[in-house]
Amino acid sequence: MDKAYLLIDFGSTYTKLTLVDIEHEEIIATSKAITTVETNIMTGFNQAFDLLKQKYDKKNIEIIKKLACSSAAGGLKMVTVGLVPELTVEAGKRAALGAGARVLATYSYEMTNDEISEMKNMDVDIILLSGGTNGGNKKVIIENAKKIAIHFQDIPIIVAGNKCANDEIREIFDKHHINYTITENVMPNLNEINVLPVREKIREIFMKNIIQSKGMDKAESFIDGILMPTPAAVLKACEVLSKGTSELSGVGDLIVVDIGGATTDVHSLSEGYPSKAGINLKGLQEPFAKRTVEGDLGMRYSALALLEVSGEKMIKDYIDSNEISERCQYRHNHIAYVPENIDDVRFDEALAKVATKLAMNRHVGHIEIAYTPLGEVFNQYGKDLLEVKYIIGTGGVIVHSENPDKILEEGLFSKQEPTVLKPKNPNLKVDEKYILSAMGLLSYDLPNCAFRMMEKYILCEIGG
Amino acid sequence: MDKKTVVIGVIGSDVHAVGNKIIDYALSNGGFNVVNIGVLSSQEDFINAAVETNADAILVSSLYGHGEIDCQGLREKCDEAGLKDILLYIGGNIVVGKQEFKDVEERFKKLGFDRVYPPGEKIEKGIEDLKKDLEI
Repeated sequence: MDKAYLLIDFGSTYTKLTLVDIEHEEIIATSKAITTVETNIMTGFNQAFDLLKQKYDKKNIEIIKKLACSSAAGGLKMVTVGLVPELTVEAGKRAALGAGARVLATYSYEMTNDEISEMKNMDVDIILLSGGTNGGNKKVIIENAKKIAIHFQDIPIIVAGNKCANDEIREIFDKHHINYTITENVMPNLNEINVLPVREKIREIFMKNIIQSKGMDKAESFIDGILMPTPAAVLKACEVLSKGTSELSGVGDLIVVDIGGATTDVHSLSEGYPSKAGINLKGLQEPFAKRTVEGDLGMRYSALALLEVSGEKMIKDYIDSNEISERCQYRHNHIAYVPENIDDVRFDEALAKVATKLAMNRHVGHIEIAYTPLGEVFNQYGKDLLEVKYIIGTGGVIVHSENPDKILEEGLFSKQEPTVLKPKNPNLKVDEKYILSAMGLLSYDLPNCAFRMMEKYILCEIGG
Repeated sequence: MDKKTVVIGVIGSDVHAVGNKIIDYALSNGGFNVVNIGVLSSQEDFINAAVETNADAILVSSLYGHGEIDCQGLREKCDEAGLKDILLYIGGNIVVGKQEFKDVEERFKKLGFDRVYPPGEKIEKGIEDLKKDLEI
């Protein structure tokens, strides 16, 4: 009997199952059904599971473990509070995004009462409180802790600020019986970022607290663990593929573009140091595994927002249509819409090209030229991704497209914008079997198996 | 006693990196917690660094003669950012050509600097003054 892992993604729309033969390192079958988080999460799961059962030979396959990730019920929603917008606020935001969260809002300096009431109206799962380098400013983080302690007694809080403020914050939070945890500073020294401890704490709280509050606890008895939010699973898979494991060497720098209905996510796995000599690296340090989320670039719910940022003219560069705003409106109103004719498929692809181009432009770093008495000098802000080896596309529109390369090509370096540091000559690949999140889960237990499967299913077999 | 924190950097479109490293080395050896933001630093970079690190002083270097333009409004921005009364020092070749240093010093004091150093001044003098001003 072959041993198998069942990997589950409770997505915002679909519950997707992937059954993996861990001995032969093969995908046995996949299935999906609509996520049913409002009633009982297991209804949708069971539908998908029934479909899956028809696709494999139960006599020869034994499921030994079931692992899940989830972005159901709106995903993991966070607010981050820091000190200076470009420094600890940005560092906190990057840590939260890297943990797979949706960042609903960020706050800087001492929070006002208006900001507190604004935050009260949001449905927040976790608050990340940071501010000050170690030994730096502690006044602001302590003031913010006091306000949070009074107004948010039911929300788990992660403290990742100036370590010198921790004792006082602990006193404040204990007095108010707050559910909090203290971890390493997200920016221990100026411009030096430390996202991993925060990411791990977010994942722990997600596993412990969030799952119950999202009606996911019904799944817990059947599943061995809901390990993390779905985007964190994707990022984990990318990390393993890029860096390798203790036994296997990684494939090097890569980017994943994930175009969804509501957002476009870009993950880059790269230090992003300047690839040319004589360039000054400026600003806050970038995490090796970086995720950005563009809430205004999406194929359905965010189609109107996409039109607003790109303008009709940019979409017209990709498709000749006189009904651009009507078609975006229709997609916004019908989030489950599947294009039926070739013209609508082309329109979706045009939107995907725009989303790829804009999301990549925002994700990658850029060069600014300063004119000095000593001639031109170059400053780099963000990551230099010119030499990245792979761009991997995922998300419905790319996976189902006949021309995924054409969509991904929009994410390449362009001579028209030479200061935008997008990849020059990467291999374009597609996550055709939609396995990235599943491989992220698998890599927690069996990193070597997950690595080889990604090589086989994403890098070699498919794509250009 | 806790170390005092000083932010250092080279302001404006100025890329003189060597002196910056020497100052970093000397101040660190002198017992300061040095936050070095490097060359090509804007006023905002200095201020953000000082806010986040709760710095006691900002030491601005300028070697290319445009210091006066680059530093205009720095004191006011510090006040705005809640860094009231933070010590501001400047040194290097802060103006163009051979000007009477007394006049230069006066102009920079008007800009809000607490101490102004002429070309060629040794960093030891700056450290001595810092210790005096910070009462250590």
